[in-house]
Amino acid sequence: MTTDTIEDATPGSPPRKSGTPASDTTGWKWRRSEGLVLNAFSHVFLVVWALMVGLPLLWALWSSFKSSGDILSHPLSLPTHFHFDNWSHAWSKANMGRYFINTIIVVGFSTFGTMLFGSMAAYVLARFEFPGNRLIYLCFVAGMAFPVVMVLVPLFFVTTNLGIINTLPGLILVYIAYSLPFTVFFMTSFFRTLPTSVAEAALVDGASHTRTFFQIMVPMAKPGIISIGIFNVLGQWNQYLLPLVLNQGDTSKWVLTQGLADLAVQQGYQGDWGGLFAGLSIAMLPVLAVYIVFQRQVQAGLTAGALK
Amino acid sequence: MRHGKYRFIIGFLAIPLALYGVLVISPFVQDFQISLTDWTGLTPDKHYIGFENYRKIIHNHLFWQSLWHNVLLLLIVPVVTLALGLFFAFMLNVGGRRKGSASVAGVWGSGGYKIIFFFPQVLSVAVIAILWQQIYNPDPDEGLLNVLLKGVGIGGQTWLGDPKLALACIMAVMVWANVGFYVVLFSAGMASIPTEIYEASLLDGANRSTTFFRVTLPLLADTVATGWVYMGIIAMDAFAYVQLMSVNDGGPNEKTDVVPLLLFKTAFRDNSQYGLAAAMGVAMLIVTLVFAALTLRLARRDRLEF
Repeated sequence: MTTDTIEDATPGSPPRKSGTPASDTTGWKWRRSEGLVLNAFSHVFLVVWALMVGLPLLWALWSSFKSSGDILSHPLSLPTHFHFDNWSHAWSKANMGRYFINTIIVVGFSTFGTMLFGSMAAYVLARFEFPGNRLIYLCFVAGMAFPVVMVLVPLFFVTTNLGIINTLPGLILVYIAYSLPFTVFFMTSFFRTLPTSVAEAALVDGASHTRTFFQIMVPMAKPGIISIGIFNVLGQWNQYLLPLVLNQGDTSKWVLTQGLADLAVQQGYQGDWGGLFAGLSIAMLPVLAVYIVFQRQVQAGLTAGALK
Repeated sequence: MRHGKYRFIIGFLAIPLALYGVLVISPFVQDFQISLTDWTGLTPDKHYIGFENYRKIIHNHLFWQSLWHNVLLLLIVPVVTLALGLFFAFMLNVGGRRKGSASVAGVWGSGGYKIIFFFPQVLSVAVIAILWQQIYNPDPDEGLLNVLLKGVGIGGQTWLGDPKLALACIMAVMVWANVGFYVVLFSAGMASIPTEIYEASLLDGANRSTTFFRVTLPLLADTVATGWVYMGIIAMDAFAYVQLMSVNDGGPNEKTDVVPLLLFKTAFRDNSQYGLAAAMGVAMLIVTLVFAALTLRLARRDRLEF
């Protein structure tokens, strides 16, 4: 829906009546030429911006195949022959492989947890009357407004006291907790839009509330769950501040963004620029590939929160 | 049945509420408490010292400078990003060649443009910041941007190393990273405006720019206001951009330092002054709330339902 243009959205706009007065036809022609100029202008600006976005990313990719000396002395040139060793260095020596797997583990569990717990809370808040309902909802929603950086110090000590600092499960729990506000906010309004009759029928037939939720409501809420799921996957995959503070310990537990930041500092000393660009590409390509395949869903998922 | 209902509610809320309470609400409350103490990493005990930390912040020149940088980001980055986003969204959706009877037409290939524009949105800020750090390489013969500029006869700059340019360089990257999101968002908003409204304005003799400023923009006001809040939050943060791109964490000469980075350095580097850092957190919260309240106040207007 988001990728539709106005024209596509309403194919059935009424046809123009024939036999319009002469004055209107000249106006029509004038507007037509205005349209052509605007059209040419549009494409020029749009192409320039597309190049400004696309070329830096392509540059990083093709630089990852060049030798470090080549990257510096001829920053613009295409690779003369392909240095795949940059990639293997980045993957094994710079540990990007390890960080990649850690990130998949963390994001996999935390997105699943966020969607499960977020939907459960949202369903209860959307569909059941009980004392404190409104207060709990407002508590979650207020969490969207305040900056995470504000609580860094106490969060550091809370996780230390719980013994979950510098561990992947700890990071997963923190990601879930900080993804809940938006997930609960969005899923609550989503559950409110779903019809109540199906769930009521299931209850009358003797299904428990829990069973009704998992077998009736979750499948009905699938579009919303997918949108917000994508939103959470990307947000958590790209998280930098939380792991920087809560996962500073053992490098074998780092996630991609930490590894990349470290790689940028290290290569500054070692001069292995090819390795840095290979590392950038390793972090960049999977996300871009997934995005290109699911671009409609991703665009819809990321803009869903801002539209309603 | 009634009993079952409450058991169900408690069962479903227990885990989410426990996680949220322990990891979000409790740190939030503790932040106020810690901000009133002299706690540092060097002493195991903390003593309540009232508002001493806040007094220190008010007299700290570096804090005000960092806050000023946040305010600059807050004023410039959202305006430029949203303006470019609206501009490109307009080009995509209304800039097309009119086909037959359609009153407005999307440009050819608008889906493709949107895919590319949206790229930075799916990338980590870490990737974006490090990539641009390389593009801004200050060496006149080795940096990509410098080599490109030399091609058109402009002398090399030190970019992030130049105290006057560094913050602007970071702002440019923030704009670059976020424009695509707003193009897609505003396009979706424009697509939801009924064509009859455009047709009416075209029949009344309005040209495209009038249509844009008098019809499209007012109808998109809500979406733009939401976008403003989003961009404001990004600008208030800016931690990852500055920490990864700037020389010496906020340099040169603290000319790019922002409050979140100052807080991070105060807490986890400079003698672990936890109390002082917590007070900065509270100050940030106040600034954010003022910003959000102002935006919502200014954006309040009558909704047009369609």
